[in-house]
Amino acid sequence: MSSLLRIVTVGSVDDGKSTLIGRLLHDADAVFADQLADVERIRRQRGELLPNLALLTDGLRSEREQGITIDVAYRYFSTPRRKFIVADTPGHIQYTRNMVTGASTAHLALILVDARKGVLEQSRRHAFIASLLGIRHLTVCVNKMDMVDWSQRRFDDICTDFRGFAAGLDVPDLTCIPISALYGDNVVQRGTNAPWYEGGPVLQHLETVAIASDDNMIDVRLPVQYVTRPQQPPHEFRGCAGTISGGRLRSGDEVIVLPAGHTTRVAAMYGPGGDRLTTAYPPQSVLLELADELDVARGDLICHPGNQPHLTNDLHALLCWLTDRSTLTSGTRYVIQHATRETRATVVSVDYRLDVNTLHRDRTANTLALNEIGRVRLRTHQPLMFDTYRRNRDTGSFVLIDETSNDTVAAGMITGPSTNVLWHQAAVSRQQRATRGMTVWLTGLPAAGKSTVAGELGRALLRAAQPVYVLDGDNLRHGLNADLGFSAKDRAENVRRTGEVAKLIADAGVVAVVALISPYRADRDRVRASHDQAGLPFLEVFVDTPLAVCESRDPKGLYAKARAGEISTLTGVDDPYEPPLHPDITLSSATNNPLDLAAELMAAVMRRIQ
Amino acid sequence: MNELNELPYLTALEAEAVHVFREVAATFARPVLLFSGGKDSMVMLHVATKAFWPAPVPFPVLHVDTGHNFPEVIRFRDAVAARLGVRLLVGRVQDDIDAGRIVEPATPSASRNRMQTTTLLRVITEERFDAVFGGARRDEEKARAKERIFSLRDKLGQWDPRNQRPELWRVYNGRHHEGEHMRVFPLSNWTETDIWCYVRDERIELPSLYYSHHRRVVRRDGLLLPYPEALEPGDDHQPVELAVRFRTVGDATCTACVPSYAATPEAVIAELAETTSTERGATRIDDRVSDSHMEDRKREGYF
Ligand SMILES: Nc1nc2c(ncn2[C@@H]2O[C@H](COP(=O)(O)OP(=O)(O)O)[C@@H](O)[C@H]2O)c(=O)[nH]1
Repeated sequence: MSSLLRIVTVGSVDDGKSTLIGRLLHDADAVFADQLADVERIRRQRGELLPNLALLTDGLRSEREQGITIDVAYRYFSTPRRKFIVADTPGHIQYTRNMVTGASTAHLALILVDARKGVLEQSRRHAFIASLLGIRHLTVCVNKMDMVDWSQRRFDDICTDFRGFAAGLDVPDLTCIPISALYGDNVVQRGTNAPWYEGGPVLQHLETVAIASDDNMIDVRLPVQYVTRPQQPPHEFRGCAGTISGGRLRSGDEVIVLPAGHTTRVAAMYGPGGDRLTTAYPPQSVLLELADELDVARGDLICHPGNQPHLTNDLHALLCWLTDRSTLTSGTRYVIQHATRETRATVVSVDYRLDVNTLHRDRTANTLALNEIGRVRLRTHQPLMFDTYRRNRDTGSFVLIDETSNDTVAAGMITGPSTNVLWHQAAVSRQQRATRGMTVWLTGLPAAGKSTVAGELGRALLRAAQPVYVLDGDNLRHGLNADLGFSAKDRAENVRRTGEVAKLIADAGVVAVVALISPYRADRDRVRASHDQAGLPFLEVFVDTPLAVCESRDPKGLYAKARAGEISTLTGVDDPYEPPLHPDITLSSATNNPLDLAAELMAAVMRRIQ
Repeated sequence: MNELNELPYLTALEAEAVHVFREVAATFARPVLLFSGGKDSMVMLHVATKAFWPAPVPFPVLHVDTGHNFPEVIRFRDAVAARLGVRLLVGRVQDDIDAGRIVEPATPSASRNRMQTTTLLRVITEERFDAVFGGARRDEEKARAKERIFSLRDKLGQWDPRNQRPELWRVYNGRHHEGEHMRVFPLSNWTETDIWCYVRDERIELPSLYYSHHRRVVRRDGLLLPYPEALEPGDDHQPVELAVRFRTVGDATCTACVPSYAATPEAVIAELAETTSTERGATRIDDRVSDSHMEDRKREGYF
């Protein structure tokens, strides 16, 4: 049975997006003769040579008059392997909101680049928004290759350019394909114009890209949507209905119902219509019969007792503002719809506004207008049960609604909780100290060069009479973290402890330089959040060294051992590494020497503490 | 799951529709499901039944009756409602004509399709429905491709394509003011072929018109129209008898059929794979009037 792939297509005006979609629909036989006849009639009217396949995807009349696409439109086609849902979004600067909408459910983004123009500011914005919305597969279609004589050089330059930019984003899978949407080369059929291109056409890629592991299959999450009343025997139970948002839930599992915190067991699990299920995973709809009579209601969340989401009413989130009828300002109250829970939320503060073209964070901003993205702190009236958006697209997302107009005004992606623990006021205040401290956090694969760069930075700071202390992950594992292993939980704890120690050091007016693999984004984000909270500067540095280079260096022989099966859970080999989404600095140690990299860091550090 | 460990797409589409049904039942006071007995509304009702199992469907169904129906479809509609134990409401266009709320145009190609809007909005107001499920699919027509799954209608029942709420993830904003209502389209992401595959897999019974049968038809403007239902005054077309089936069953005076030998869902699916026209292009006279016709009607409150 074939599966479902949801795609979002983006491109700047005239890059050929509509032509590409028209071509996909046309060549995949999803266009009917009467639609084609329309297109042909218009071609004759306008006296054009080739039929304008873009017309196949053109929707509302006002747009047809203006000759532009202004909203998200959905198209469908299928092949024996897959059914495709295409969310077609326009690429104008003012329509970030449409792309955010289309991208929110997509597995894959098709990004159009005009071969003559190369990677524009808009292309970067598109890639950034796709990664922000958690799309793991980006396919860059370098279009109009016919107009650059199918130049391999041109194609390679564009790809290199794009990859360079995307390296700073969270995109595990990036594919570039040279195409001509107008003539059809490499769209559905392989073209003959680019013998140098070894990959497959766009459609083949769409048919085979693996998406099964994109959903979170680890953390079981079932937001309760609807509770059914007891029926005739044998169905005399109150059923908890909902859509699985994460993990694999099994019949018989012990579960906890949040926020009340009662534990029980899944007595039986049913699919739509009463099919008995033994296991369910996202995005299946299920009905649970629980072993105990509990007071469960819409808005509750069912999960495993040993793996619970955050439960708090104070959180940070990235927001995209979706309306031009108002702007977001701190202190304002909205209705928040999160999973199946609806409550009110007050914007405590705007942390920063993000420039979607340069990724610069403007920390002086305190409003968000239409199409602007920024991070805010929210306080909700009832607590929410959530994960970070990076971990779970369903339990990590929400919308804000204007209470008066009922309009959906913002899309939110949760970055983490902000803690509410009140601190004992320190006896000596930070301003009274002689020097200022901060944390420099180097993350990257084993053997990426973190420790070397950290050491050089330490020496440089000492030369400048700035107190500094280097916290090296390997060394900490002999003492502070000697009791921790390499499970996800232990790694998280390792990062948390190291983060806390760094914070104390920074608070004491010393620069803490941390060299730690710290493979999981969420863990690092928490450290950043806690620094933000404490008002201490935090510099996330991504030591971006390709796996192959790390493996060839292998100073401690770890990769060799891992490949030989002598050790397991080595980051990069059999444990994932999640590169930072918006590192403050990315260092490429494959092509630069450690002294230069340290000098670059030194400048950034001095800017922050002087 | 397939070899790639992915959910079969029909299961995914069904899960999405089930989610939508449950969401509406949990958050709206008075939902209703539009039900004509046609294939889309049969699939919709079938999914609704599955969504609320083991409980009965927690809302009534409504048929807007143009008075120009195929009798077998009406019989089928009544039988299904009785079998599933759902409450069937019927809003009659004739009542609105009799009360003078609709003036029947005197032009020969007068179909009552467009007049349904008045009747539908009247019933929605009378019954204070706040959510109305429709079986429309985005693949049917260009203007539908941008329709949201939750689509707000103002107090006059009108749709504003410029003022649609952004719809993200699986979060549906169903908030509305008194007097407004939401049109909800759980099958938005299904195509005609998906509908038929689901009919096959779930063994959903449909009116016999959907399968090949012999019928007297007339040929007009390249369409095959049922005889004598679609005959206009002064029309002297001679009927011929052909093996045909309907792809939609709307108003009998304006729904065309297609030549077909498909007697089973499987055969229909095979036929669709060879088909060269859209469902509406092939079968609805009134959709051909103008390119932007559907968009105009939707603004007015049509489905
Ligand atoms: N030469 C050439 N022209 C193309 C190609 N793809 C699209 N175009 C033309 O570029 C123009 C804009 O295409 P369109 O699909 O409307 O762009 P959109 O704004 O991205 O949807 C049209 O005139 C197309 O015919 C291509 O591969 N080669």
